[in-house]
Amino acid sequence: MDPTTPAVELRGITKRFPGVVANRDIDITVARGSVHAIVGENGAGKSTLMKTLYGMHRPDEGTISVDGQQVVLHSPADAIARGIGMVHQHFMLADNFTVLENVVLGAEPRRGVALDFGEARRRIVGIGEQYGLEVDPDALVGDLGVGDRQRVEIIKVLYRGARILILDEPTAVLVPQEVGELFDALRELKAEGLSIIFISHKLDEVLAVADEITVIRRGTTVATVDPRSTTARQLAELMVGSELPSPQTTESTVTDVPELVVNGLGLLGEDDRALLTDVSFTIHRGEVLGIAGVEGNGQAELVETLLGIRTASAGTVRLGAQDITHWTTRQRREAGIGYIPEDRSRHGLLLEAPLWENRMLGHQTQAPNVKGALVDRAGARADTERIVREYDVRTPSVDVLASALSGGNQQKLIVGREMSGEPTVLLASHPTRGVDVGAQSAIWDLLRAARARGLAVLLISADLDELIGLSDTIQVLLRGRLVAEVDPANVTPEQLGSAMTGAASAAEGGEAA
Amino acid sequence: MSTSGLARRIGLALAAPLLAIVFSLVITSFVLLTIKANPLDTFQAMITYSGQARVQTLIINSAVTYYFAAVAVAIGFRMNLFNIGVDGQYRLAAMLSAAIGGNIVLPGPLHVLVIILTAVLVGAAWAGAAGLLKVRRGVSEVISTIMLNFIATAVIAYLLAPGKLAVSTAGSNNIGTRPIPASGQVPGIGLVPGSQDKVYGLIVLAVLVGVGFWFLVNRTRFGYDLRATGMSESAAVASGVDVKRMVVYSMLISGAVAGLVGIPELVGAAYTYSLDFPAGLGFTGIAIALLGRNHPVGIALGCLLWGFLDNSSQILNLRDVPVEVVQITQGVIVLSVVVAYELVRRYRLVAIQRDVARQLASAGSTVQGASA
Repeated sequence: MDPTTPAVELRGITKRFPGVVANRDIDITVARGSVHAIVGENGAGKSTLMKTLYGMHRPDEGTISVDGQQVVLHSPADAIARGIGMVHQHFMLADNFTVLENVVLGAEPRRGVALDFGEARRRIVGIGEQYGLEVDPDALVGDLGVGDRQRVEIIKVLYRGARILILDEPTAVLVPQEVGELFDALRELKAEGLSIIFISHKLDEVLAVADEITVIRRGTTVATVDPRSTTARQLAELMVGSELPSPQTTESTVTDVPELVVNGLGLLGEDDRALLTDVSFTIHRGEVLGIAGVEGNGQAELVETLLGIRTASAGTVRLGAQDITHWTTRQRREAGIGYIPEDRSRHGLLLEAPLWENRMLGHQTQAPNVKGALVDRAGARADTERIVREYDVRTPSVDVLASALSGGNQQKLIVGREMSGEPTVLLASHPTRGVDVGAQSAIWDLLRAARARGLAVLLISADLDELIGLSDTIQVLLRGRLVAEVDPANVTPEQLGSAMTGAASAAEGGEAA
Repeated sequence: MSTSGLARRIGLALAAPLLAIVFSLVITSFVLLTIKANPLDTFQAMITYSGQARVQTLIINSAVTYYFAAVAVAIGFRMNLFNIGVDGQYRLAAMLSAAIGGNIVLPGPLHVLVIILTAVLVGAAWAGAAGLLKVRRGVSEVISTIMLNFIATAVIAYLLAPGKLAVSTAGSNNIGTRPIPASGQVPGIGLVPGSQDKVYGLIVLAVLVGVGFWFLVNRTRFGYDLRATGMSESAAVASGVDVKRMVVYSMLISGAVAGLVGIPELVGAAYTYSLDFPAGLGFTGIAIALLGRNHPVGIALGCLLWGFLDNSSQILNLRDVPVEVVQITQGVIVLSVVVAYELVRRYRLVAIQRDVARQLASAGSTVQGASA
């Protein structure tokens, strides 16, 4: 085959969903043996495009060519048969299976009716050596870290014979060190002649690893650029099509009035495993305390304990002058603790209820939502109208179901709701996750404004720029303990990343806690 | 929301049950054809028969009884609780309140009130046991309520014996509780014109329970917490709902309503709980709650349909068509309505999303979230 034949060529791809055009006139050429990045905001249409290429749905117009041959992909099985493999953003692995079992799942090598694990093991080890993706085939996936799990996902795809790899936001769950390892592996794969399509919205990473970058905005390709002659700023402006927001906090509004004082907080899991150990911190009025940490180190548990969903096994929590350690969730919420949940569709919304009923959620014992024991429909609706107006929630009315709104608008509704009724403390978990750039900067502005009015904020975020930009103080959470305090004024994302993994030189940017 | 939007919402709400009913009539027709009966003639006969004032009274009386059962089930359904135990709850409640009602003498309204309160308390207690088991011990309410049905059967069999709560009925080998004296009886209402037969006086109570159910669920804080828990338990917990307490309360309320199922018959016609007191109404309630979409008005319509099918089918005996054909109709309605509701629900979610996207697109050029 002619080595100059592109691995993948997409020409004029258009995909319509009822009422919206998700992709239109997409043109992308992926050269063989290269890393081709596709960047764009959330909602720009990257995932739709990748689903088209992976055969999960068919385009309404346009053609797909693989290795110079025009193909029609009816299903992911077709795509796999053509050598296209996909590594999803969320891992699809069975925790109680070994690496070997996970890799062969769905493509089990057989000898007669029995499984031939010997052959599979040989191939997995072979793939590991060939591409520098070494993982113990007999390790239990549940025991592996995030980086290793991702390696297993890649091996899974290679095991099925993929020559073209689609990686959907592969770095979203990784700390900077693991990102480096992933990129080494990608370079290895590239050297072996594989082609990689790398989807991301993290521009520094894209610039570091890609050979070519295609920018998607509002469903169409706006430019294909060479990373060697492009800056992150130029890329970002192509993505957004306008001026960029930044999460810089202007000046400190921290007072010396403690609002939320946590002392020696402990939490045990079902099997008496310690999920939180001796967590102590103080958030003052007007202060944002950022919690840095790789996901799964106790952030969700900390928030749920502070909210009274989980019961602490040790320690005390004080809100202002009151000891709220043994309060119920409702008491805490009535006392002014606001909550922006990590997973808005699970914890923050009733998707099949109208917006005005969602405005009541978490505030269903307070004005203007209720009068005595009765729901105040007029009051709740009027206040929802206010939130829609003030927080720029794009919706035709407050009667539509929450599920009809885009993620960014759902999030703005939640932020507006939680800022209503004078909260004193806000527990914000990933407040801008999955929202577009416009909504992101709006939410940052709202958090800053509330902080200036004296709100005490506990901020948890996987976006280190956001964490550094908004926080007055950063504490690092590792395996359920606060291990370091970092001054956001002089710390880089890389230093913070080291601290998050527990590297010895943890708090270079600040003093150790 | 515009009037056309409202019209469409009502249309969508009616589409599923109507589709299910039509589909089940088609299936029933096939069944009738295989047993060499003419479907059109058969349906015609049932409709003609139900035109009689006497039959209409029977239909309404059945519907009143079913209504309590279906509302009891619906209260649980609204927060994803499956109270399969309405059957045991109402039988035990009817038996004990009949026993008490037959052994006391009180002035008129008070006597009836005692009977009703006894039924409500017994039903609530029997269902509450399942609620407590769920929150204290993690026992699925499906399992515990089914088992409580059997226990209720055994308790009734034990208590309904001569020398305990039962007396022999003169001139038959049936036994039942001591008959409730006149002060504890509720006279019927002549609702159907041109008929000597009267509908149960407690139809009034059924209407009150329906309105109360609607008000509780849609207009109160408690109802909001109940619906929130049903839609998303995780979101409800985060919003401060004490789900365990809600489970116990809703089981208590569900059981209280379940306790009323046998009362219209008890104080309106039978006056005693005997061996042949109607059983199995709790399961009818489950079917009707599904058909009526857990909505008080939908349930009322479902009850009338069930009452019509159950009573007008009696004519089939005279036409050598087995009455059981109607059970096929009912079974198919329930199965297909569950499928139809889910299809309509999905269609509705997609339609709303599409509408919102379109309205936003036409309202301004800066639409976000085209598709992720």
